[in-house]
Amino acid sequence: MEKLVSKIPEGPLAEKWTTYKANVKLVSPANKKKLEIIVVGTGVAGSGAASALGELGYNVKVFCYNDTPRRAHAIASQGGMNAAKNYQNDGDSVYRLFLDMIKGGDYRSREGNVYRAAEVSNQVIDHFTALGVPFARDYGGTLTTRSFGGVQVSRTFYAKGQTGQQCLLGAYSSLNRQIKKGTVTMYPRREMLDLVVIDGRARGIIVRNLITGKLERYGAHAVVLATGGYGTIFYLSTLAVNSNGSAAWKAHKRGAFFANPSFIQIHPTSIPQLNEFQSKLTLMSESLRNDGRIWVPKTKGDRRQPNEIPEEERDYYLERRYPAFGNLVPRDIASRAAKERCDAGYGVGQTGLAVYLDFRDAIKKQGKTAIENKYGNLFEMYSTITGTDPYSEPMRIYPAGHYTMGGLWVDYELMTTIPGLYAIGEANFSDHGANRLGASSLMQIAGDGYFILPVTIGNYLSDQIRIPKISTDSPEFDEAESTVKEKLEKLVSIEGKQTAASFHKRLGKIMWDYCGMIRNREGLTRALELISELEEEFWQDLTVPGTVDEMNSELEKANRVADFFELARLLVNDALAREESCGAHFREEYQTTDGEALRNDEKFAYVAAWEYAGAGKPHVLHREELRFENVEMKVRSYK
Amino acid sequence: MRFTLKIWRQKNSESKGAFVTYEIDNVSPEMSFLEMLDALNKRVAEENKDPVAFDHDCREGICGSCGMYINGHPHGPVPGVTTCLLSMRHFRDGETITVEPWRAKPFPVIKDLIVDRSSLDKIQTAGGFISVNTGSAPEANSILVKKHDSDEAFNSGICIGCGACVAACKNASAMLFVSARISQFALLPQGKVEAKERVRSMVEEMDKLGFGNCSNTGACEAECPKQIKLTNIARLKREYYKAF
Repeated sequence: MEKLVSKIPEGPLAEKWTTYKANVKLVSPANKKKLEIIVVGTGVAGSGAASALGELGYNVKVFCYNDTPRRAHAIASQGGMNAAKNYQNDGDSVYRLFLDMIKGGDYRSREGNVYRAAEVSNQVIDHFTALGVPFARDYGGTLTTRSFGGVQVSRTFYAKGQTGQQCLLGAYSSLNRQIKKGTVTMYPRREMLDLVVIDGRARGIIVRNLITGKLERYGAHAVVLATGGYGTIFYLSTLAVNSNGSAAWKAHKRGAFFANPSFIQIHPTSIPQLNEFQSKLTLMSESLRNDGRIWVPKTKGDRRQPNEIPEEERDYYLERRYPAFGNLVPRDIASRAAKERCDAGYGVGQTGLAVYLDFRDAIKKQGKTAIENKYGNLFEMYSTITGTDPYSEPMRIYPAGHYTMGGLWVDYELMTTIPGLYAIGEANFSDHGANRLGASSLMQIAGDGYFILPVTIGNYLSDQIRIPKISTDSPEFDEAESTVKEKLEKLVSIEGKQTAASFHKRLGKIMWDYCGMIRNREGLTRALELISELEEEFWQDLTVPGTVDEMNSELEKANRVADFFELARLLVNDALAREESCGAHFREEYQTTDGEALRNDEKFAYVAAWEYAGAGKPHVLHREELRFENVEMKVRSYK
Repeated sequence: MRFTLKIWRQKNSESKGAFVTYEIDNVSPEMSFLEMLDALNKRVAEENKDPVAFDHDCREGICGSCGMYINGHPHGPVPGVTTCLLSMRHFRDGETITVEPWRAKPFPVIKDLIVDRSSLDKIQTAGGFISVNTGSAPEANSILVKKHDSDEAFNSGICIGCGACVAACKNASAMLFVSARISQFALLPQGKVEAKERVRSMVEEMDKLGFGNCSNTGACEAECPKQIKLTNIARLKREYYKAF
């Protein structure tokens, strides 16, 4: 009955990956040349995978919607990348990193996958260093690290507040090397609009050429989705405004299960919304919490300037509630605590939806230069956007939708429930449980792309060496292309009055209000009604000027919003079905007397993998029970 | 705030473009330049007309997608800022703002304010990398790099590839862009092995694609949203002479 086989190798935790590699089937160099692989997305996971697969000799085709692969949103990752190098001699190890991730994820991730992510983290640092990524260094020439939210060791490698940019450009450089060699062909300004499945296997994709508007077909022996997360479902989020969930959603509708969709991380430190036309929320790296202190006034509605509020009238609420971790508690806890204070009327700024992040004490203690060296670019970005100077006045911050722990369900080999379809990076669900620890995203996406997928995909492709080049002239490609065409034609033919963005904004508001940081049955049930009403209005009153066969950004947006309605409903249903609080998923009905998350391990220690059952039919829930053989499930305590 | 916008409209690469004038009202000073254009486009789309096309994505100044000539400056009049982070508070209420695409031969217009910058990728493909296969890297701390060199490499490595330097240059030179990458690798021991081939291939590709030469006007440095230094071009030249 149960369709989910996680394929985690038997044996002790520390030997699982080694055992797997020792037994995996290989593809000979001569056969690799005959095999084609499609990679969608060019973030660190996608570019990393494409270059590593190219180095191995496969024929790789890579797609991205931007004008160049270097624009993927991994570029905006700021704070750093974890690795278990233990360069600081502070007691770190692969096991400790694994433990922190399992605990940070609130015991809703797989031991085997998480351990492997921690294990390959050291290779990731070696590789990026060799590629010329200028990580921060000490005067002796060695790499230096910093500590990062929620852990007690210093294991985060960084390049000022632009670690993601430097890592992505490293991955982009390795991709370019393969493009030059001819193993990789790059297709920019293409958006994947459907997956083609032939005889139960992923065999290709349909993309829209965003310049000409023409639909194009591409076939391959395997398809890898590295299409990122769906955090823009909130409309305002820390993501790039064009990031979307459509590729993953299309794969889901073709048979790939979607896992834990409601596990979305709300990042505690973003610049608050400043105007009604605002298109995104800019993140201020979590690393700032190492030196910044978070507070609100002790008096409700205190409208004084922050510097006029004396020390004894400030409530450093994180330090008060969580003395052991203070300002460094994990993101979910910091976000909820900020919301709690603002909802109670202690918020600051014009809207009252903000708290202070104050560097006064750090500047006094370490000097302005030291703070500038660590966070210079972030401070600059803050003052560019807000017009205030964080060196002399505390920053104002508020939580924002950020990272999706949920995603396509994958097994240990990173394969989805469709044979031959892989999901890597943020697009899959596998390593972060119910909450991602800071600086583990770059680590996981690079690990997936460079070191894990290139090994595991061979196990599948070794059986495919007799399959000739996939022809795109087949009924399955015809069907997929006409499905796409029909939908696009439908979107341009509504001829209503409201733009796609205005619908997106309203959908985002529903999701943020009812399915954001705090959820409850009543609100979630209401959200389902509101989403359906809005979706109906969308299909009656949408306007998309222009035609399908030309560059048309309104059409691109409309198509993504149409998918978001469907994904939103699944997300809410997942949040409803999980009757417990864990990590970023906080259900009001399930909390301790002092307002902390209350897990229910007996009933909910599973991955919720949802199967698409057809238009208008309810999704089918499959449970992958999580077995903890090495760690004991504990109540997370940061007090 | 209200503005008169003179925006370059061009249907595609073959057609001839022209300025079209729009009036926009109710702009708040907190809005970014792109959010102001979003507001304009919302209105245009609601009138069932073709919105102004422009590239954009991260909207936090790091992806390098956006870029347009605003009142005669790439990314507008404020130094060190990309178009997406350019705040409307820097403009005078009632001002006329002229908006054009990057104008350079190697950057043909695709539509309105969108240009084809794939030539920049081609230069990177020609040699902007260190040849190391996945799995063959040495232990990270076995490569020691002076902090100063590493910091300098970072300062060159922060180029976002937006193309403002090319657009600003009267010769449409890509020298600042190329020199930033060359510098990053020239400063690091990892990059030294292939230094000669790298600089030769990248410069050769740059010339082939029709970018002009550098005549030291410094417009690129002045307009670079990431304030990449002209000294990178000096380093590029030094590296180039050393390569023969």
